[in-house]
Amino acid sequence: MNDPNLSPTSLTRSETVPALRHEPEAPENAPTNPRGTWGRFALICLPYFWLSVFFLIPFVIVARISLSEAAVAIPPYLPVIEWEQGLIGLWEAAQRWSFENYIWLIEDDLYWKAYISSLQIAFISTFLTLLIGFPIAYGMARAPRVWQPTLIMMVILPFWTSFLIRVYAWIGILKIDGLLNQALAFIGMIDEPLVILNTSIAVYIGIIYSYLPFMILPLYSSLEKLDTTLIEAAQDLGCPPLRTFWRVTIPLALPGMVAGCFLVFIPAVGEFIIPDLLGGSSTLMIGKTLWVEFFSNRDWPVSSAVATVLLVLLIVPILMFQRHETRRNEGDT
Amino acid sequence: MKRPLCPVRRAFSPWDDPGEQPLIEFRNISKRFGSFIAVDNLSLKIFKREFHALLGASGCGKTTLMRMLAGFEEPSEGRIFLEGQDLTGTPAHKRPFNMMFQSYALFPHMSAARNIAFGLEMERLPALEIKKRVWEMLSLVRLEGFAKRKPHQLSGGQRQRVALARSLVKRPKVLLLDEPLAALDKKLRENTQLELMNLQEQMRMTFLIVTHDQEEAMTVADRISVMDKGKILQNATPGEIYEQPASRFVAEFIGDINVLDGQITTKQQRNVRIFSSVLGAHLDVRYSTPAKVGDSAALAVRPEKMRLSLEKPEEPETNAIPGEVWDIAYMGDVSIYHIKVAETQTLRAIVANTSRLVERPITWDDQVWLSWDSDAGVILTR
Amino acid sequence: MMPSKPSWFNLTSLVLGFGFLYLPIVIMIVFSFNESKLVTVWTGFSLKWYAALLSNEQLLEAAWVTLRVGLISATLATVLGTLAALVLVRQGRFVGRTLFSGMIYAPLVLPEVILGLSLLLFFVAVEQSRGFWTITIAHTTVSMCYVAIVVQSRLSGYDRSLEEAAMDLGCPPVRIFFRITLPQIFPGILAGWMLAFTLSLDDLVIASFNSGPGSTTLPMKIYSQVRLGVTPEINAICTMLVVFVTIGVILASLLIKRQRLKRMQEERLAAAHL
Repeated sequence: MNDPNLSPTSLTRSETVPALRHEPEAPENAPTNPRGTWGRFALICLPYFWLSVFFLIPFVIVARISLSEAAVAIPPYLPVIEWEQGLIGLWEAAQRWSFENYIWLIEDDLYWKAYISSLQIAFISTFLTLLIGFPIAYGMARAPRVWQPTLIMMVILPFWTSFLIRVYAWIGILKIDGLLNQALAFIGMIDEPLVILNTSIAVYIGIIYSYLPFMILPLYSSLEKLDTTLIEAAQDLGCPPLRTFWRVTIPLALPGMVAGCFLVFIPAVGEFIIPDLLGGSSTLMIGKTLWVEFFSNRDWPVSSAVATVLLVLLIVPILMFQRHETRRNEGDT
Repeated sequence: MKRPLCPVRRAFSPWDDPGEQPLIEFRNISKRFGSFIAVDNLSLKIFKREFHALLGASGCGKTTLMRMLAGFEEPSEGRIFLEGQDLTGTPAHKRPFNMMFQSYALFPHMSAARNIAFGLEMERLPALEIKKRVWEMLSLVRLEGFAKRKPHQLSGGQRQRVALARSLVKRPKVLLLDEPLAALDKKLRENTQLELMNLQEQMRMTFLIVTHDQEEAMTVADRISVMDKGKILQNATPGEIYEQPASRFVAEFIGDINVLDGQITTKQQRNVRIFSSVLGAHLDVRYSTPAKVGDSAALAVRPEKMRLSLEKPEEPETNAIPGEVWDIAYMGDVSIYHIKVAETQTLRAIVANTSRLVERPITWDDQVWLSWDSDAGVILTR
Repeated sequence: MMPSKPSWFNLTSLVLGFGFLYLPIVIMIVFSFNESKLVTVWTGFSLKWYAALLSNEQLLEAAWVTLRVGLISATLATVLGTLAALVLVRQGRFVGRTLFSGMIYAPLVLPEVILGLSLLLFFVAVEQSRGFWTITIAHTTVSMCYVAIVVQSRLSGYDRSLEEAAMDLGCPPVRIFFRITLPQIFPGILAGWMLAFTLSLDDLVIASFNSGPGSTTLPMKIYSQVRLGVTPEINAICTMLVVFVTIGVILASLLIKRQRLKRMQEERLAAAHL
C-alpha cells in the first residue's frame, strides 16, 4: 500500500492527486536569520537522524548481508566486516565478500523467472487498469458538478480501508464454489465452475481492483481540467466526436495517464499480498519469492540479494516517474 | 487615459536641507539572489514625516528594498541606518517598522481585534492598555462593529482597513506599505489613497509605499523614487518627476510623452536649439541641460502641451511643424490626435473637448499645424 | 470539464466502475451476518460471529496490540513528519538536502517487503529483540514520510506572509511557529495523523517482518486465518475494521465540508455588506 495519494487533502479537493509531488525547489530567499541557526540545526537533525538510522542504515545492512554467506546460526549469516579491525579489517573483508548469492540468483532460474513474471504481470495489469479506469474517470469528470465531490470521496474511500481486507474479499467470490461461479451457473452461462482462484487471472483481478483508484485519480484530475470549449472548438472546426476524443481529449489526458500507470506499475512489481492470497502456488512474483525465502527457507543472504536486485530494478521507473511528476507540476504552474 | 494630477506643493522639503538627518538611510545596498541582481548598489535617504513612494514595474527591486528594511532579507552588500544606527543583524521582529502586506496577511484564525492586538501582545503590554489601543484603532478605521469578525467574514475593503490598523497600532517609526491597494477596485482605491494621505498627516508618521501604479504614487507621495533593474533612476517630487524627467525611461514610464531625436546645434545658457533630422527642422527649447553643442539629445513634449491649428501660429518662442491628422482617439473628456509629421514619425496632441459640438473643426486627413511653447519641452540626454 | 447531462455511456461506466470497487466489500459485509458457517450460501441473519469475536481472546489481544502500535506510531510519525515537512518547505539548501528528500520519498514507493526486511536486518544487527517496539518504530518510519507529504502540501499552499507579518509585529521565531504556523497547518497535521494511524492499522508485511513473540497485530492474525480459508468470523472482524475506518473518514470529510460551506456562506455575506 504505497499510496501517497491517501493525502486527506484530496479527501475533498479534486485537484490534488499528484502522488510523488516533486521536491520543491529550495526557496531562494529562505530567511537568513543569523540567530535561528541553532534552531534550524535542531529542526533538520531530528527527522534526518531518524530516517538515517531507520531507513538508510538498514539498506546498507541489506546490501552488506547480501554479500555474506548463509550459515546455520543466529543470525543465520556469517559476518561480513569485522568492525573492530578498522580500515584494514574493511579491506580484508572486501576480499572475502562473496557474490555467491547474486550468482545463485542468476543460476537458479526460479529467481529471474520470478523477476520477469513480476514485471510482466505488473505491466499487463497496469494496461488493463488503464482501460478500465479511463471510462470511470471520464464519467466522473463529465458528471454534474454537484456529484463530483461525492464521487471523488467514493474513489478515495477504499484507500483508507485495509488492503488485506480488500484482497481477502475476493477469495469468497473467486473460489470454485464462490459467488461468481454460483452467479454464472445461475444465469446458465457455464456448466462447469471456472477455476480462477490460485491462477494468474485472480492476481490480475486483485491488482486491478486494488490499484484502480491510483489510476482513476490522476486521470480524473487531468480530464477535469480539460476545458470543454476545446472540444467545442474541435467540433466547430469540423472534427467528428470520436476523432475529437482521439485528437483532443486523449493527448490532453496523457500526463494523467502516464502518472496513473507509474502509480500502478511500481507498487505492483513488488506486491506480496495479492499473489500470496489470490495467486496460490502457480503464480510467481518476486515479492512472494522474497517472503518465502526469508520466512520458510530462512536464507537471509539470498533474500537480501533478492531485495537488492528488486530495488535496482525499480529505481529506473521510480526516477522516470519523479521526472514526469516534476514536469507535470511545472506545467501546472 | 493617464492625466497628471496637479502636484500639490507642500511647504515640506527636508531633503533640500543639508543639515537634516535622514530617518532611514540605505547606503550602497545590493541584493543578489543567485546570479540575479535585485537591488544594485543603491543609496536612498528617507526623512521623518515623509510619504515616500518606490515606483517601478514588477521585478525592479522595489519590494526587495522594502523587505530588506523590514528585515525579511539581509542585504548582500551595504548597510541600512535608522537615525544613524546600523540596522544590520537586527532581526525583523526587533525592528521598529510595521508593514501592511499586499495580501494583508491577516491571521485567519484570529478575529479583527485579536489581529490588531497581536503586535501589542508581543510587547507584553498590560491587557487594559492593549484593549484601549485596539479600540482606538478600530474606531480610527471605522470598524467598531466588526471587532469579533474573523478575516473571512470581512469584505475586501474591511480587511484592508484591519491590516492598516494592525500595522499602525504599534506606532512604528516607518509604516511600510507593500502595494496596499492593489486588491481594491478603482473607486475604493482612490478613496483609500486620500484616506492614507490624511492619516499620514494626522499621525505625523513616515510612510514608505511600494507601488507599480504611477497615478497612486503621484497622488499620495511627497517624493517618488522611480526604480528599474535594481537602481533608482530619479528621486524627486511628483511635479519634478513629471515635468523634469531625468531620463527617457522615467519620461515614458510616467504619463504619455512625445520624443523627437536630434542633435544640439546652438546653446545659449538655457536657450537650446535642436535639429531633428526626421522633421528636417530646428526646434527651440528653454531647458537647463549639461549637454553641449554637437551632442545628440532628444526633445520630449507631453501631449497636453501641444496645440493644434489649421493656420500656422505666429506667436514668438513657439515651435510649429506641419502635419496630417492620422487618427483621433475620442476619450470623452479629451481627444488624442495622432499627427503624422513625417513618414516615420507621429506625434500626439491632447485636445480638451470643451464644447458638446459633434462637428470638430479639425478632423481626419486635415493638414494641420502642431505647435508648442519653447519652455514646454524637455531635453533628455539619457 | 463543464457539467453536462450525463450520457448513458458515462453513467454506465460509473455504475459498473463503482460496482466493481464496492461489491466485494459489500458481499463480505453481508456474509458476516450469515448464520451458516458456509460463506457462500446465505441461510439467515445472525450476529453470532460478532459474539464469537468478543470471546476470542487471541483476537482481542491482537487488536489491543494493533491499537497501541497505531496510536504511538501515528503520534511519533506526526511529530517527525511535521518537522520533516518544515525542513523540506522552509529550509533552504543544506548539506544532504537531496538525500533527505530522497529518504522522505523512497518509502512511499518502495515495496513493503524491502522496507520490512531491511528494518528487520537492522534490528538483528544491533541485537534488538523484536516485539512491540520494533513494529512501532518500523511503522513510525514509514508513516512519517506520508505525514511529511501531507503536511508539506498544506505548508506550501499557505501564505508565507502570515509569518512575516507576525515577525514584523515583533513575534520571535519560536512563538511564530506555535501561534501562527501550527494553527494554520493543524488540519494537515490532523489528516496526517489519521493517515498514519490507518496505515499502521492496515499493515501486514512490515509488521510481520518486525514482530516478535507476543506482539501479533490484527492484520497478522487475520492473515494467518485467511490462509486457512474464508470464515464468517474473519468476515465479521474485517467488517468491523472497514466500518470503523469508513465512519472515521466520512465523519472527518463531512466536518471539513460543513466548515467550508459555513465559511463560504460567511464570505458571501461579508462581500454583500460592504
